[in-house]
Amino acid sequence: MFFQLAWRNIWRNPKRTLILLTAIVIGVWSMIFLGALMRGISDQMVRNGIANLTGHVQIHLRGYRNDPVVENSILQPGKLEEVLAGALPKEAHWTERVRVYAVASNARHSIGVTLVGIDSAREAQVSFIGSAVTQGDYLQPGKGNGILIGQSLAEKFKTELGKKLVLMALDSKGDNASRAFRISGIFRAELEAIEKQFVFVNLDTARQMLKLKGGISEISILLPEKSATEAVVQSLRKQLPVGDSLEVASWLDLLPFVTAVMELYDGFIFIWFLIIFIAMGFGIVNTILMAVFERVREFGLLKALGMKPVWIVRQVLTESFLLLLVGQVLGCIFGLVSVALLARNGIDLSAFAEGLEYAGMSRMIFPVVLVKDVVMANLVVFILGVLVSLYPAVKAARFTPVEALART
Amino acid sequence: MNIVECRGLKKTYRQGRVDVHALDGVDLDVVRGDFMALAGPSGSGKTTLLNLIGGLDHASAGEVVLDGEKLNLLSQAQLAELRLNRIGFVFQAYNLIPVLTAQENVEFILQLQNLPARERRERAMAILDDVGLEGLYGRRPAELSGGQQQRVAVARAIVSEPAIVLADEPTANLDSHTGQGLLELMLEMNEKKEVTFIFSTHDKMVMDYAKRLVILRDGRIAGERGKTE
Repeated sequence: MFFQLAWRNIWRNPKRTLILLTAIVIGVWSMIFLGALMRGISDQMVRNGIANLTGHVQIHLRGYRNDPVVENSILQPGKLEEVLAGALPKEAHWTERVRVYAVASNARHSIGVTLVGIDSAREAQVSFIGSAVTQGDYLQPGKGNGILIGQSLAEKFKTELGKKLVLMALDSKGDNASRAFRISGIFRAELEAIEKQFVFVNLDTARQMLKLKGGISEISILLPEKSATEAVVQSLRKQLPVGDSLEVASWLDLLPFVTAVMELYDGFIFIWFLIIFIAMGFGIVNTILMAVFERVREFGLLKALGMKPVWIVRQVLTESFLLLLVGQVLGCIFGLVSVALLARNGIDLSAFAEGLEYAGMSRMIFPVVLVKDVVMANLVVFILGVLVSLYPAVKAARFTPVEALART
Repeated sequence: MNIVECRGLKKTYRQGRVDVHALDGVDLDVVRGDFMALAGPSGSGKTTLLNLIGGLDHASAGEVVLDGEKLNLLSQAQLAELRLNRIGFVFQAYNLIPVLTAQENVEFILQLQNLPARERRERAMAILDDVGLEGLYGRRPAELSGGQQQRVAVARAIVSEPAIVLADEPTANLDSHTGQGLLELMLEMNEKKEVTFIFSTHDKMVMDYAKRLVILRDGRIAGERGKTE
């Protein structure tokens, strides 16, 4: 009957109850929705980072990450290939690359770029480049002087398909190496910076140019699930001869900015939850207090009939509990439905694309709901909601029957 | 055997800068099974005395012993327990819980006593039948007349078979016909179930029904008639 009594009590003033419920619903909805939006942004940043040549795991020669020069290349990757074939999940893909800083120039311009030598077939399964070519053709293994450049670089150089581009870099002997390439394809990337930064040539061509023989700069691995990263890293560290010369790094190590942003967003989300709750908390206290003061005489009666003070507290808290429960359930439903609707087509932020680029964010945001965010939003509202209701509940329990019954 | 013993009972209220002596040394014994009325003019201390006997208020001096318990030695929780299990209250303004039906109002006490649902329902319906409210179990207070509400209040007061029922001006808001019906009902409960009743009242009819009448004036017992013993 406590529940029944509480349920009927909260509907004694339907208008007030509906206003409070609306506040709770909007609060919970905004917690879930904004949380999903922030998770979507950070998730997209991680996806971009992973697709933009990082992969889930990379293997380098120790020292390459601090000084990514051609001297810090893995000279005999053949042994690694055997280990990888046995150590990775069946659905995983991996590829070898040469990656060095270079200068690209044509008749009018020159600019610093990152020269990436790729195994075109394998690379297409690991990074974005396989499906990013919008003009011309993707790299073909036999065509040694073909080069892929980004749309933004092409515009900057005022160049086009079929035109020549010269790359210059230091080779493994420390000498200047240069080679002329013919633009065989132009790619688009999620981030403009990627289009300006990277140029792609065939792996063998890059090796030739840099006198690397069979050497590579890195192996990049794409796993079927991001969550498998740590296990694969640990497994590779055990199986590869990493002790002396090689290092295995996960995307978390390779994308420190993204990792920091994710942590920052965790903090933002929590602060947002608290701000929403503080606003909501005042509403809850105010409404419950009003409901208590309207029923002083009734609380006096309940005490006169033999309700202990702690039962009165329980009664008032049950009313808060029911209000919170209904508000939270509705808030969750609205939150999840609105996220699901927006997640179908994403939110197009192209208008702010330039600003978003600086933060490494995508033009399209797809909200992502994490169970932990939904649980946390509800726990924050529920626990703090019940806590703030303690004040009016204790107040109700403290009325003396004689004083309370004397009120009109 | 006394169910209530009041010794040197005083109650002083502070009203602004003035002390008001609502009770000024009351000694009163009530025997089990009594049907007693406290009468007197307004401000004579009737309701105050009833409140002190029911443990709703604390005495400034003196003591109340109810069913063997010294009330001034009990905590708030113990007083609540005592009121729940041994005292029934009927108030002048009915004081039913507005969101509960007649049956639920009566059941509420039994619920607080943790009785099983089925027993609660059966007892509540039986007592509502006894007070003449057959078929009105599902009505909420707002759907009942004043007399019917007061009958529900009486049913609620006696459903748990308390040792004593304290009724503060129970007929004050009722017409004489309804009031008489209610008194007949309470008298029947008193005689059938040996429930002790103490009323505070201005109503001559209540005084006539009472087996014992105690007159209060200025916080003191001014007279008495018809001892039950």
